Amino acid sequence: MKALTYLGLAIFLTGLTIFTGSIFLGGFNLQEADLTTFLNDKGIENELLQTELKSALIDKEPMGIFDFSSSVRGALQKNNDHFDSLIAEYDAAKEWDKKGAQYQYRINEKDFRAMSFSLAKKAGVGFIVENRGLMWLLTFGLGILGALLFIIPQLKLLGPKGIKNDGVYHSAATNRGWIAWLVLIYLVAFYIVLYFMADYVVNWTFILDPISNALSGNDASQWFVYGFLYCVIMTVMAVRMYIKYRHNKYQIVRTTSVLFFQIVIAFLIPEIMTSLNMPAYDFKNAFPLDYDFFFDWNLESLINSGGIGLFILVWGIVLTLVIVPVMVYFFGKRWYCSWVCGCGGLAETLGDGFRQHSSKKMISWKLERWLIHSVLVFSLVMTLVTLYCYFTGESSFIGIPADWIKNTYSVLIGAWFAGVIGTGFYPIFGNRVWCRFGCPLAAYLGFVQRFKSRFRITTNGGQCISCGNCSTYCEQGIDVRAYAQKGENIVRSSCVGCGICSAVCPRGVLKLENGPLDGRINPTDVLLGNDVDLMTLVNKK
Amino acid sequence: MKHIVIIGNGISGVTVARHIRKLSDHKITIISAETDHFFSRTALMYVYMGHMKFEHTKPYENYFWKKNRIELKRAFVETVDHENKQLLLSGGEKFAYDKLVLAVGSTPNKFGWPGQDLDGVQGLYSKQDLDKLEANAPNNKACNRAVIVGGGLIGIEMVEMLLSRKIPVTFLVRENNFWNGVLPISESQMLNRHIKSHHVDLRLGFNLDSILADKNGRARAVTIKETGEEIPCNVVGLTAGVSPNVAFLKDSGIELGRGIKVNPMLETNIKDVYAIGDCAEQHEGINGRRPIEAVWYTGRMMGEALAQTLCDNPTPYNPGHWFNSAKFMDIEYQTYGWVFSNPKEGNTHFHWIHKDDDKCITIEMEESTRKFIGINNFGIRLRHELFDRWLTEGQSTDYVLEHLKDANFDPEFYSHYEKDILSAYNNKYGTAIQPKKKSWKRIFSKA
Ligand SMILES: Cc1cc2nc3c(=O)[nH]c(=O)nc-3n(C[C@H](O)[C@H](O)[C@H](O)COP(=O)(O)OP(=O)(O)OC[C@H]3O[C@@H](n4cnc5c(N)ncnc54)[C@H](O)[C@@H]3O)c2cc1C
Ligand code: SF4
Ligand code: SF4
Repeated sequence: MKALTYLGLAIFLTGLTIFTGSIFLGGFNLQEADLTTFLNDKGIENELLQTELKSALIDKEPMGIFDFSSSVRGALQKNNDHFDSLIAEYDAAKEWDKKGAQYQYRINEKDFRAMSFSLAKKAGVGFIVENRGLMWLLTFGLGILGALLFIIPQLKLLGPKGIKNDGVYHSAATNRGWIAWLVLIYLVAFYIVLYFMADYVVNWTFILDPISNALSGNDASQWFVYGFLYCVIMTVMAVRMYIKYRHNKYQIVRTTSVLFFQIVIAFLIPEIMTSLNMPAYDFKNAFPLDYDFFFDWNLESLINSGGIGLFILVWGIVLTLVIVPVMVYFFGKRWYCSWVCGCGGLAETLGDGFRQHSSKKMISWKLERWLIHSVLVFSLVMTLVTLYCYFTGESSFIGIPADWIKNTYSVLIGAWFAGVIGTGFYPIFGNRVWCRFGCPLAAYLGFVQRFKSRFRITTNGGQCISCGNCSTYCEQGIDVRAYAQKGENIVRSSCVGCGICSAVCPRGVLKLENGPLDGRINPTDVLLGNDVDLMTLVNKK
Repeated sequence: MKHIVIIGNGISGVTVARHIRKLSDHKITIISAETDHFFSRTALMYVYMGHMKFEHTKPYENYFWKKNRIELKRAFVETVDHENKQLLLSGGEKFAYDKLVLAVGSTPNKFGWPGQDLDGVQGLYSKQDLDKLEANAPNNKACNRAVIVGGGLIGIEMVEMLLSRKIPVTFLVRENNFWNGVLPISESQMLNRHIKSHHVDLRLGFNLDSILADKNGRARAVTIKETGEEIPCNVVGLTAGVSPNVAFLKDSGIELGRGIKVNPMLETNIKDVYAIGDCAEQHEGINGRRPIEAVWYTGRMMGEALAQTLCDNPTPYNPGHWFNSAKFMDIEYQTYGWVFSNPKEGNTHFHWIHKDDDKCITIEMEESTRKFIGINNFGIRLRHELFDRWLTEGQSTDYVLEHLKDANFDPEFYSHYEKDILSAYNNKYGTAIQPKKKSWKRIFSKA
């Protein structure tokens, strides 16, 4: 049994190595016809740029992706340099018209990687491109097989059903040891490449082209790779959850729910919509988590897509303004954060083993309140500016340029906070860094949960023994024990209702439930079990 | 403003300190020899098992004490000199008090077994014991078998701890069934089976005879009294109960029995000296309780009551209905009211057990009226508040079972067993009670 898990681990690591190594494989050799198509598609008529790209890419030996990418970016840079010097020249000569005419030939640096990606996608040759099926088996196939071989024997190895936290603080993976740091480095690198150097991983997209084509009729982009990988990881790690928490039906049902929403609603339906020429839309992704919902390009695309576009527009607004708060009123924010949301879904599956690392210190709670509410304000200001500019045609509002704020938010919050830090730092800071400190939707849901919701975690009278399991395993860094040992219900805006505190409590003290608002918040000084007169005396104050 | 000095930073000492601070401006000092800060003794097992770090067992962050002006002093109190109202600390320091609270806890029992002080032989009570176990039994190479002596709550915790490091365990239990002094037999038997299912070598009805040493003075085996059998092992856990930690008070003039004798006001025979928690012994048990109650909750409750007294609101210790809880490996246990291993005279037991052998309940009730006296529930969580109210109201078992759904405290989506339980009950007593649907209104109505 144990041997099987080692075998699984070996297979998994092999798959992971091939997957990672595949970046370095294969050649990129662009054909002139493909370049022409590319230039036509982009409407690029600038001759200098055409020549630069041609001389950098055409009639060359196949290059590796890094050389290819730097050749493309080099050509684009040369083009820009040329026009920059013209601009400077005309500027010195005060020939404003001529100066102004040069800008259109520059390529925005932000688009370098995307252009490199598109060209690489056309230029790929060699083993990977010719053996996509085999490559899938060697990467995803081995990865999945290995992981399952590692996980499924736990059914026996972990012993009878129950709480399985033995050795969490003895293992290098779950106690911030060297394994945790390696995972962190891998994840951070993965996100940085995905967000900022996507052309480097064009080989991954080749591997998934067949699946992408089958679903949407398009070749795979790096986002398709990410989406597919996300679903695969969640599914495999959900198997782990099913085994670990098989005694706990709340966990089983909840895991099934996030899995469903991720695979069907977030992944499959948008792909199918694309294949039907509709705008792709994740129906559960609520603004302001879905921060670009009100961006001009999205509104434009929705408005131009006829009935379905309008439906999405209305749905998106109703989702945020009505459905979300009403559901939070009845069930707490857990219905979203740990039953539906994709970020939550990854945290609860891939991240489960790291939940104990969220800091429970008072100072972290303070930081949390500052940060998450700042992000909420940031997202709202950004949206306000965007909408104002969209409707008035201006380019800025209250002194804030729309493009600048959208960009800043996308990079700072969308990529760095939610991705690189939010997921990359799982092994050290716990699995809900983003959900706790960053997510603007969570901040909004939190208000509703704190002030107007039927949800609470009931504390069972005087039964708490202050052991600390609940606080330790709360992924949101809530000091659950601080409430439980006072006999007080837990009503906290940040609680995502994962139910783990209740699961790990050895004395049956905690119950997540939805009930009447009266008596939901019940501060107590003297706990149930003591002298009734004393309780009345002290607690009435 | 008085200087209130508390010896012991366990749950009872800390509770009284916190409440005194809420109620007054007295100067408060807590003295303890064990650790700098209060930690949860009940969580020691989870540190060894790797569920938590020691840090996590501390219910308050370190800044808490300063913020609340509770002074902490790490020292061992050699004796109390009440005539001069001062303490003698080891090292010779004298420490004055105006009022003294003894919250000094317990020590593990030892019954004079030959070899009980060898290396590798230990109890589990203090932080130092935890460190010792970490040294004695770091893994199953250094410790290839452990023998745990004494079938109580700490015993089974130690068994579970050692199992978590894959160390084979022999568990010597004096009773014929696990914890049968407290639990009704069918519950004990269910736990016997559960313990065995975790591959524990459970020896029921056996006593320790002696512990044998190897040439380095470390335990190498135990012998069993009844059979003379020798069981090789290198760690022996002695968990045959605890007694109040009063040895250092022997000549202090403070009246001692098994523990520190107190009246319901928690006063000792000496003015301005009080005792609470594990170490306190009532002259007579209150409301039919035992004179010494060595559990977490009672320590806390005594602390809550004494703080009132020390802050000019004389309040006797007058606890409400009994409750308790524990966990036996994977099976959680709670109890409300009184269930005795054999029903008290005039009482009877209703017992229900699930076919999976991991859930059961026992209800003690008056035989003639079926008045509800108490419940033991295993594998099912129940709501403290409701049982407390039902006990106060003196409800019948019929009523309790009819409303059992209100009291269910299991996580959402768990299977429910009220129907099952009731059909067993109806069968036994010829009743026709149907479970009522859960009602929030009833749950929140006041007694
Ligand atoms: C392993 C274990 C598990 C337990 N689990 C449970 C449970 O699940 N539920 C439950 O209800 N109860 C449980 N108990 C019992 C519960 O922990 C005790 O009843 C409770 O901790 C007693 O608290 P206390 O404040 O009276 O004393 P203690 O917590 O023992 O505190 C006394 C302190 O005083 C210090 N002290 C004593 N003498 C001196 C001196 N002369 N000078 C300086 N310092 C001194 C000691 O070092 C100690 O730190 C458990 C006990 C153990 C050991
Ligand atoms: S308080 Fe409990 S349910 Fe809420 S997030 Fe923390 S562990 Fe999950
Ligand atoms: S896990 Fe349970 S018993 Fe332990 S501190 Fe939390 S609520 Fe209290």
